[in-house]
Amino acid sequence: MIFAIFIPLLFACFVPILSKYKDKIHTGIFVLLIPFIIFLFFIPFIGSEFKPVYTSFNWIPSLDISLDFYLDGLSLLFVLLISGIGALVTLYSIFYLHKSERLGAFYVYLLMFMSAMLGVVLSDNVFVLYGFWELTSISSFLLIGYWHHREGSRYGALKSMLITVFGGLSLLGGLILLTVITGTTSIQEMIAQTDVILNSPYFSLIMAFIFLGAFTKSAQFPFHIWLPDAMEAPTPVSAYLHSATMVKAGIFLIARFSPIFNTSEWFFLIVSGIGILTLCWGSYMAVRQTDLKGILAFSTISQLGMIMAMLGFGTKAAIFAAAFHILNHATFKGSLFMIAGIVDHETGTRDIRKLGGLMTLMPISATLAFFGAFSMAGVPLPFLNGFYSKEMFFDVSLGLNEPTLLAADLLRQAIPYLAVLGSIFTFVYSMYLVFGTFTGEKHLDQLPVKPHEAPIGMLISPAILILGVIVIGLFPNLVNESFIAHTAEAISGKEVHKHIVFWHGFIPPLYMSLIVVIFGAGLYIYRKKWTDIYLFIPGQLSFNKVYDRFVEGLETYSAKITNSYMNDSLRRYVILIIGSIILFTFITMISTNGFAFHTNDLADFSITEVIVALVMAIAAVFTIFTRNKVAAILILGVVGYGLSLLFILYRAPDLALTQLVVETITLALFLLCFYHLPELQPRDESIGFKTTNGIISIGFGLLMTLVAVSSHSSKWFQPISNYFVENSKELGGGYNIVNVILVDFRGIDTLFEIVVLGIAALAIYGLVKLRYNKEAE
Amino acid sequence: MILRTTTTLIAFILFGFSIYLFLAGHSAPGGGFIGGLMTSAAILLMFMAYGHRAVTTILPINYRLLISIGLFIAVLTSVGSFLFGEPFLSQTFEYFYVPVLGEKELATALLFDLGVYFTVIGVSMTIILTIADDR
Repeated sequence: MIFAIFIPLLFACFVPILSKYKDKIHTGIFVLLIPFIIFLFFIPFIGSEFKPVYTSFNWIPSLDISLDFYLDGLSLLFVLLISGIGALVTLYSIFYLHKSERLGAFYVYLLMFMSAMLGVVLSDNVFVLYGFWELTSISSFLLIGYWHHREGSRYGALKSMLITVFGGLSLLGGLILLTVITGTTSIQEMIAQTDVILNSPYFSLIMAFIFLGAFTKSAQFPFHIWLPDAMEAPTPVSAYLHSATMVKAGIFLIARFSPIFNTSEWFFLIVSGIGILTLCWGSYMAVRQTDLKGILAFSTISQLGMIMAMLGFGTKAAIFAAAFHILNHATFKGSLFMIAGIVDHETGTRDIRKLGGLMTLMPISATLAFFGAFSMAGVPLPFLNGFYSKEMFFDVSLGLNEPTLLAADLLRQAIPYLAVLGSIFTFVYSMYLVFGTFTGEKHLDQLPVKPHEAPIGMLISPAILILGVIVIGLFPNLVNESFIAHTAEAISGKEVHKHIVFWHGFIPPLYMSLIVVIFGAGLYIYRKKWTDIYLFIPGQLSFNKVYDRFVEGLETYSAKITNSYMNDSLRRYVILIIGSIILFTFITMISTNGFAFHTNDLADFSITEVIVALVMAIAAVFTIFTRNKVAAILILGVVGYGLSLLFILYRAPDLALTQLVVETITLALFLLCFYHLPELQPRDESIGFKTTNGIISIGFGLLMTLVAVSSHSSKWFQPISNYFVENSKELGGGYNIVNVILVDFRGIDTLFEIVVLGIAALAIYGLVKLRYNKEAE
Repeated sequence: MILRTTTTLIAFILFGFSIYLFLAGHSAPGGGFIGGLMTSAAILLMFMAYGHRAVTTILPINYRLLISIGLFIAVLTSVGSFLFGEPFLSQTFEYFYVPVLGEKELATALLFDLGVYFTVIGVSMTIILTIADDR
């Protein structure tokens, strides 16, 4: 099983080599083998005697992350869809993509996606699942942006990336919470601990996170907006990713976790509510589209909403219907996308307003499209699979348990009506899609290419899918016991038996279907009369606009916020730095009650010290207020010499000497640079700026005083200076304690201080000597 | 003229004083740092009195090289302690009998201080000369 997952990824490494020969042989022919082999590998698992298969490989045992793969009915359905439709799509793409395209890149991305998708549906370990989940997002991003020279492709790719990765990250949050609560990373073991999860305080958070992940991936309302823009991808990609596989990853996730969640009424409320809303909104919006793939995109959205709603119902019959519809939708939607691609390929346009009357020119495509679209609409014909799942949908929407939550109960009562409403629009857009393209007037002069029937190779894949539609439609019980029943069992956790029959007798679901057909046909025929409704709903209110405005706003506002404090003014930065130091230190001081003040440890002071200190203080104040720069330099010197005087008074001869000489040198340097120093002119500064400066500087001075006083007042340990005094002679061999400390006890400090001096000198030398003229360059 | 005459005198006094500060550092106020600063003050005085060209012919010293030499001496004395199986920067001292001066104490810390001394001279002279040479 692990090989089945990684074969596409491994094979992707050889695709670039094979694509070198693309002029002679189309790269897709090599690639075609891979999904076909996988499909053949998984086919034998179908059967009424199916038992889940489990394999495990160590990956990161210390984090309890291992490559656990679990094949049950649910995974089997998806695996067969992925590999089967994957093979058909590859076959289709051989004829769809010209050899002048970047075939190597295309098939590498496609195989990457295939691996990722197989990994998602087979993983039992939540983190492995998440890894594959993100790989689907990335490969989908690459595929949507395949024609990267187009603006629309890049926009669509970015949009889908942002939305699905947003959901993916929230999924990760949910999975981490699940892991923390249950203490395991295996999904099956989590399901075994359902009560622990249900009773945990994080339950609602987990549910919200996982639902966000699933809804964004499966294009549920209001995250559906990326899917129509993803139609910029090549059509095989749209057929594969955006109808059959990736958009069902969210469905898969909900189905996979539904044994845990479906006992909660919130599960019904959220999943079914969002699903039914998506169904109605998607089908309503699909009628408005003029692009063939746009119609199909919104149709996918609405069908996904329908599956989601059925999963939310949580009854056995509903789950069975959902599993059945996953299969049905993949067959007819994949074929419809391929036919849309054929139409695009053979006429040069996908705009339904320019198309029409293609039935006689492209009879095979037209026939296939009729079957696909009628199946999608759920027309009551005994050879179309869409009808069965639609009628099951109506059936289960009527047979819901009465929930206790008021909102859930309201939803339960509204669901049948909403289901019919959504289905009416589904009928309308299906008819619109097929009749708008293949019947009516011909506009041959408006088409860029003269239309003709597609090559036979291109028609094989949709034909096989339509064959599936008809076979399942004629013999629905063929896939029932052996296949779909296992899927439903895996989702619900209970044994499911169901017999699919076409004719139930005169029961409500049939009347609902008839209502759908009658109203749908009426609405389709008179569609010109009511299209003005779209001017009011949604009118200007589009979620695309919300998204665009959000993304733009994010950029402009973050730029504004950054520019508001990063204004390149050093003064501003100094204010910010000092201000935050003041703020945080004050807060720490107050919150830890750190201020202390004792007078019992103070030394006496003489009048000399007071005089020196006063002189220094006065000099410092003068330095601030003087307008003359020579005066400022000299007065600053007074402070320095005062300091060395203080050193003498406090009996630190080495310091005094050094301070004296250093002060002299600094003064000399200041005077050397005299001409380069800025003029001390009074600046035109606002009073606010000056007051801020004043407050900041006074605050900082105050703060430092407080810190100094407090630290002096709270001595917790004996100073270590006694050791130096006692040992400087014995150990260091000198009487000058300061010097012995500098060169002996703490020599390493001195070593690096002289290194600092050396670097400073070299830097000055470099700055002065290596000065390039900007003009000379 | 007065400046030059006095400089001849004062420069030697300064040199002497700085060397005294340097050597006495271990037991009296002073040391490599202040000694180096004093020496460079003396050299600077000569620069001011005699001009750039004259001093460079008398004292053909590359001060940037002096920085490297000083750092090298300092590092070497610190690494030297490894030879005797001691940790980095272990210092030791011994009393020697020097014929003329009598019994004297010599510490390896003095060698380290010599490194400091040279570095400080090099640094201060480099800075001042570079800035003074500019323009």
